[in-house]
Amino acid sequence: MSDVTTDNALSAGEPPVVETPFQRFRAEFFESRIATAALGVFGAIVLLAVLAPWITPQNPYDLAQVSVMDGRLPPGSEAFDGYTMWLGSDGSGRDLYSAILYGLRISLTVGLASGVIALLIGMAIGLVAAYAGGRIEAIIMRIVDLQLSFPASLVALMMVAALGKGVDKIILALVIAQWAYYARTVRATALVERGKEYVEAAQCLGISRFRIVFRHILPNCMAPLIVVGTVQTASAISLEATLSFLGVGLPQTEPSIGVLIANGFEYMLSGRYWISVFPGVALLLTVVSINLVGDHLRDVLNPRLKK
Amino acid sequence: MSRVLEVSGLKTHFFTHAGVVKAVDGVDFTVSKGEIMGLVGESGSGKSITGFSILGLIDPPGRIVEGSIRFNGEEIANAKEERLQNLRGNRISMIFQDPMMTLNPVLRVDTQMIEAILAHEPVSKQTAWERSRDALGLVGIPSPEERLRAYPHQLSGGMRQRVAIATAFLNKPDLIIADEPTTALDVTIQAQIIHEAQKLTKKTGTAMIWITHDLAVVAGLAERISVMYAGRIVEQGGIDDVIDRPLHPYTVGLLGSVPTANRRGQRLFQIEGMTPNMLALPEGCAFGPRCHARTDACGLQPSIEDIDGRSLRCFNPQRAAEAVT
Amino acid sequence: MTVFIIRRLLQALLVVFMMSVIVFFGVNIVGDPVYMLVSPDADQADIEAAISRLGLDRPILEQYWLFLKGAAQGDLGDSFIFGEPALRLILHHMPATMELAFSALILAIVIGIPLGLYAGLYPESRMAKGIMAASIFGFSLPTFWVGLMLIMLFAVELRWVPATGRGDLGSFLSIQSSLFTLDGLSHIFLPALNLALLKISLAIRLTRAGVREAMGLDYVKYARAKGLPMRRIILVHVMKNIMIPVVTVMGLEFGSLIGFSVVTETIFAWPGMGKLLIDAILQLDRPVVVAYLMIIVLFFVLINLIVDILYSILDPRVRLQDQGA
Repeated sequence: MSDVTTDNALSAGEPPVVETPFQRFRAEFFESRIATAALGVFGAIVLLAVLAPWITPQNPYDLAQVSVMDGRLPPGSEAFDGYTMWLGSDGSGRDLYSAILYGLRISLTVGLASGVIALLIGMAIGLVAAYAGGRIEAIIMRIVDLQLSFPASLVALMMVAALGKGVDKIILALVIAQWAYYARTVRATALVERGKEYVEAAQCLGISRFRIVFRHILPNCMAPLIVVGTVQTASAISLEATLSFLGVGLPQTEPSIGVLIANGFEYMLSGRYWISVFPGVALLLTVVSINLVGDHLRDVLNPRLKK
Repeated sequence: MSRVLEVSGLKTHFFTHAGVVKAVDGVDFTVSKGEIMGLVGESGSGKSITGFSILGLIDPPGRIVEGSIRFNGEEIANAKEERLQNLRGNRISMIFQDPMMTLNPVLRVDTQMIEAILAHEPVSKQTAWERSRDALGLVGIPSPEERLRAYPHQLSGGMRQRVAIATAFLNKPDLIIADEPTTALDVTIQAQIIHEAQKLTKKTGTAMIWITHDLAVVAGLAERISVMYAGRIVEQGGIDDVIDRPLHPYTVGLLGSVPTANRRGQRLFQIEGMTPNMLALPEGCAFGPRCHARTDACGLQPSIEDIDGRSLRCFNPQRAAEAVT
Repeated sequence: MTVFIIRRLLQALLVVFMMSVIVFFGVNIVGDPVYMLVSPDADQADIEAAISRLGLDRPILEQYWLFLKGAAQGDLGDSFIFGEPALRLILHHMPATMELAFSALILAIVIGIPLGLYAGLYPESRMAKGIMAASIFGFSLPTFWVGLMLIMLFAVELRWVPATGRGDLGSFLSIQSSLFTLDGLSHIFLPALNLALLKISLAIRLTRAGVREAMGLDYVKYARAKGLPMRRIILVHVMKNIMIPVVTVMGLEFGSLIGFSVVTETIFAWPGMGKLLIDAILQLDRPVVVAYLMIIVLFFVLINLIVDILYSILDPRVRLQDQGA
């Protein structure tokens, strides 16, 4: 389709429009309404989390601002201090809206930090395998395959069993659970690229392996890495929430969304649904919006689907 | 001679996002009992789509938009699926191009042959098995019992195509459509397969449409030939007439581009230009832009007319013949 | 085939050994459990007595050696909390987990494959699009959150089924399971559905992709050209081809179901080994954690092994290659 329009433009005598790859990518990405909306939702969530201290009625972890008198109030109730708790309050009288925004800060930090660190480590290991080749590559890929035969959730659970609670420990556990996905992605691209003729040609010209890995293989890995990165970050956020919900993730002093949901769990059977449900909806919106963006990125960046 | 198949004015179009592809756009021909007709053309000329149209195997976005297909006098264009299913593999069989892809890789040969019989006849499995074994013997497969137990990947390409031919003849059909059945095979195997097919049609009186892009194959096999270009038949007649004295410039070009022993050393004739874009066919004669005998008249669409006992779709048959010889 | 199995067995043993090193040393870095086990007012002598009773005063390498020696005899140490052998504790909780994972796998296959088949056969239909949208949600929603919603909807609001616990056990062929009583079935329904959701989505996607790919392949068109009824084409020709990858993946997922059951068991208070693990982690009951992880590793290795062998039996191409080698 796009070929036809370019032809028409040329025949009409207009100067040809040169698109940079990024412009093309941007145009294709925003073609999907769902993906655009998902990106908007995710952007809004990040913004809300960043601005939390300025847009919430209370700091839910400043004991001076929280009153037990406000405990378990349904959505829309008025707090002791006079403001309205639109989403209700939790067992210890925290405004849920405030608690959720503060919780998102922690959840997003853990998810993004572990995603980025795992990406860097996995990419480095994948590149080392691609660069070294031979035995070293075989050993590295054996380890990657072995780890990938266990689900990430189980690896993360093993790690927290060994490491204990805390933000740094959770991030470490998530990095260990996820690096292999990135390493595999880099290596898959390297395999494809190494089979191509230009790499053979480059080798014949005496260009060093180092240069081939960094100038040819690395740039080609970027698109799949971005796709894997979005999906893995979503699953890291979800995994952290799961571990925290189980009580083996973040401690009560660092209440992420998962901790909030766990706290509300005991009230669920007595009908005080909001304490668990609203944090859950926040988690849901975050994870689903990232996944929808990732799903569409896969379509846009997949060279096989391009004409 | 009784007519097995009469196709007239057949149009099969594909409604794609980019536009309507008129893959088959007004095709007429007939096939008589026991006759082999060669349907020749470049890839994309609509010859395979013609074959699939007869079997009613056109999937959306394609469909038969016009025309009639009469099989033994019965109209089957856009017939009910039940009726078509009943005819397929029973009265009309098909042999596909690539024997590597057509047999189901996870089913044994016997399963795939027996099911073709059981789909149309209420016989016992044992009887169906015996008939399958005999059919394999007929196409020259040694130790057919053993082959029946095999999976497709254990057989060579030529062997698999023999299985496909044997399967096509299983229910003694009136018509077989062979869609480039030898293209994917080695030349020596090709000759054997053609020989087997010819022998079997003689023996059973089955009519056959042999679809190919290779004139040399058809020359020794068919009695009549139809040449297709861009969804239409451009020339049709007895095989010897057409091969010895082609009238349409496209047929002339096709024949000129076949290497033969007695023109050794001479430069092969080459048809200018490229196969046309089916989404944007030229005005008038579709072959016009590539034709060496083109005149001003070719800006209009030539109709198909009978000349010298054959059908032809060209304004300048004489010029065409002169240009090459 | 035998060589293949022996080679895979040796690989599996190596993996189990490596994991035992990682698990044992990993878990033994965690904080000191002694302080949880002796009463707060115990004096130094009491603490030291406890330490030497639990073997915590020996060098870690020696502890590992003792652990290995014990493991070889099926002794993975005693639980600090229950004072029972950890292995017996886990085996005692295992049937509950197994029946949950098994039910979830069955649900995933019974629900996922037909939906995927439908979505693959009629990809443009509204229903198919709905199925695919639902499967995206199935992938994105965190299991524990879906579990909460299920409890709220079916147990708290509608009161159709109980929210927690395992229910009555029935006995069949001397197997004790809640699958054999109505009360048990009503208890297992929600947790099994919760555990299955992700795998239902997976089965839908796998089946749909497989069906769509297969429907466009020549062997399906050939089967249609043979006049086979659509039902046979789908159930025999298509399903037999796509069942191979689907069964492989779903089989591999059985392990992950057991892993994931940690979450589901906690929410639904299902007395399986997953819940035992979480309790053990929270109470620093190291022998139980180590034993659980070792059992899980053993499980995964076994499942991979079984699926590999199953795969080679199901796919004639792999099977015969192996014979040839």
